[in-house]
Amino acid sequence: MNDPLLEVRDLRVEIPLARGVVHAVDGVSFSVGAGEALGLVGESGCGKSMTLRAILGLLPRPAEISSGQVMFGGIDLVAMAPRPLRDIRGRSISMIFQEPMTALNPVMRVGEQIAEGPQHHLGQSRRSARARALELMRMVGIPDPVRRARAYPHELSGGMRQRVMIAIALSCSPQLILCDEPTTALDVTIQDQILKLLLSLRKETGVAVVLVTHDLAVVAETCDSLAVMYAGEVVETGAVGDVFRLPRHPYTLGLMRSVPDFDVVRDSLASIPGTPPDLVSSFEGCRFAPRCQFAKQDCLAGTFPLRVAPGGRQTACIHDEECAEAARRDPVVSSA
Amino acid sequence: MPEPLLQVRGLHMQFPLNDTLTRRARRAPLEVLRAIDGVDLEIARGEVLGLVGESGCGKSTLGRCVVGLYEPTAGEIRFEGQLLSASRERTTRRRMQMVFQDPYSSLNPRMTVRQTLGELLRVHRMVAREQVDARCNELLELVGLSAQALDAYPRQFSGGQRQRVSIARAIALDPDLLVADEPVSALDVSVQATVLNLLEDLRERLGLTMLLIAHNMAVVRHVCDRVSVMYLGRIVETAQTEELFSNPRHPYTQGLLKAVPRLQPGRVSEAVAVEGDPPSPIDLPTGCRFHPRCPLAQDVCRREDPALSAPGGGGPHHLAACHFAWTAPPPAHAPEVHVDSAP
Repeated sequence: MNDPLLEVRDLRVEIPLARGVVHAVDGVSFSVGAGEALGLVGESGCGKSMTLRAILGLLPRPAEISSGQVMFGGIDLVAMAPRPLRDIRGRSISMIFQEPMTALNPVMRVGEQIAEGPQHHLGQSRRSARARALELMRMVGIPDPVRRARAYPHELSGGMRQRVMIAIALSCSPQLILCDEPTTALDVTIQDQILKLLLSLRKETGVAVVLVTHDLAVVAETCDSLAVMYAGEVVETGAVGDVFRLPRHPYTLGLMRSVPDFDVVRDSLASIPGTPPDLVSSFEGCRFAPRCQFAKQDCLAGTFPLRVAPGGRQTACIHDEECAEAARRDPVVSSA
Repeated sequence: MPEPLLQVRGLHMQFPLNDTLTRRARRAPLEVLRAIDGVDLEIARGEVLGLVGESGCGKSTLGRCVVGLYEPTAGEIRFEGQLLSASRERTTRRRMQMVFQDPYSSLNPRMTVRQTLGELLRVHRMVAREQVDARCNELLELVGLSAQALDAYPRQFSGGQRQRVSIARAIALDPDLLVADEPVSALDVSVQATVLNLLEDLRERLGLTMLLIAHNMAVVRHVCDRVSVMYLGRIVETAQTEELFSNPRHPYTQGLLKAVPRLQPGRVSEAVAVEGDPPSPIDLPTGCRFHPRCPLAQDVCRREDPALSAPGGGGPHHLAACHFAWTAPPPAHAPEVHVDSAP
């Protein structure tokens, strides 16, 4: 396989707070190939959004990258100076945020916001950038683009705003789009529209996608591969079909079991006992061990980096075979 | 059939948008948002009724009208056959309690759990004064929290724990009816499961009747006996849960079900489940309010507002408000079957 488009290596993000340093992202590695869609899944506070923001140097203060590399096209984005990074941000890599109302500029017409990228990054004239904006609006399915281009964000519905965000993200024909919970704030029927739109745009433009979400079903429908995060670490990666069929980390298994499945109704939902650890503390042993049904003595000491598991996948669990066995006995998905 | 515990008839709830002096002086027309636009609903004792729909469809407003947080513009709400007035007796209020969506804003941040629960127990004289503490302990145990939680403030809890406190507060008054408004949608998936299991468990142990308001179809399928689907202030379909999921008759329900992302990887269809955005509840479409987005829409749908109807001869177990709910999807010329005569 040729070089991946994006490769995150041992990324660490720290947030210094009065009560101690929060290790929000603690040694995360993954890669995304050209045109690939990777889902980054986990519960709130697991560091998935922080990872995504760190890639483009968009961390909120006082969070900082403490070590690690983000390789994009042979260059390390972490080591890059702010100015050249700005030329990549929005041009080669763009981002879609969860809440379009707060991410869009409320006092700027949406057409101008879409045209801003092509003007700034591609040096297009105002006129051609405007034409490009209309073309993009048509592409993302905004009806009557000429009129809508003159609207302000508050005049549009949630779904339309998210379409505007997607148009902005696509405006400079990037190689990679980072999506941070793009549909979480939307209703199901609108979520369905936006996800289908993302799928068809991927097919049309061949853009690669990293999709951060807490919704496993969204990943199942839109991604090729996934990385599951827990307490600042990636605990499992693999192709979506493989991981759903046979999770090899107990956290992945627990997460999948606790989602009320639309197609299979169980008497009572499985849940993961306990709560995620506080990321200020230092860890001894596997971070999931206190909540894990398969935990043994050997889980309580040492470190648990990702290692290669059967089928070209990676898991951090040393008892992954037991976990896979449990999934074989009682499959997670009804008919994968 | 025994008398339903809760009965709602012809409920309307309208919010005036520009009820100001300037408007009156200018004699401009009054704009109203029709949050609930004629809803009938029944819940039998011990039943869990799910109310689903997208944001802005009026489901939360309906829940709030039921527990008396809003005074409906029109319509009647009966509890055990008794008509409830706008100003309810304390003894009536006690019997209907609510769990809110956001456990971060629905608990008083400056009161400990003991104060929150204790106040309720004393005001409603649920137990003798000296037994208040014991009862608080009991309630916490019921919702799976330790007695240590009693002197903690809401900020010291995680989201799931806060929701447990909210539930403890709701059941403290021994209600007959629990209205749960999106009780798990603010929580993480693994925590959602524990709270849903807790609600199921309490329902069995305390014999609760529940109105569960949710937008997550999978959650509803797991918890509810019967489901009503709302769209723009109306109930468009009601059926037993399994019936609704396996045999949805309203095109909106069908689209809603199709739109839910599934756990099975790689089974995506290209087609979008429901096109377009919901219209504004200030300016409702004529005829059937779903027709601008409906793939089946015909002339009759633009003209006539369909009433909830059951299949010919069948009981009122499955109701759908569509002109073509019980006939085959129409060819060019559709027979006009269910004509709504009500205004």
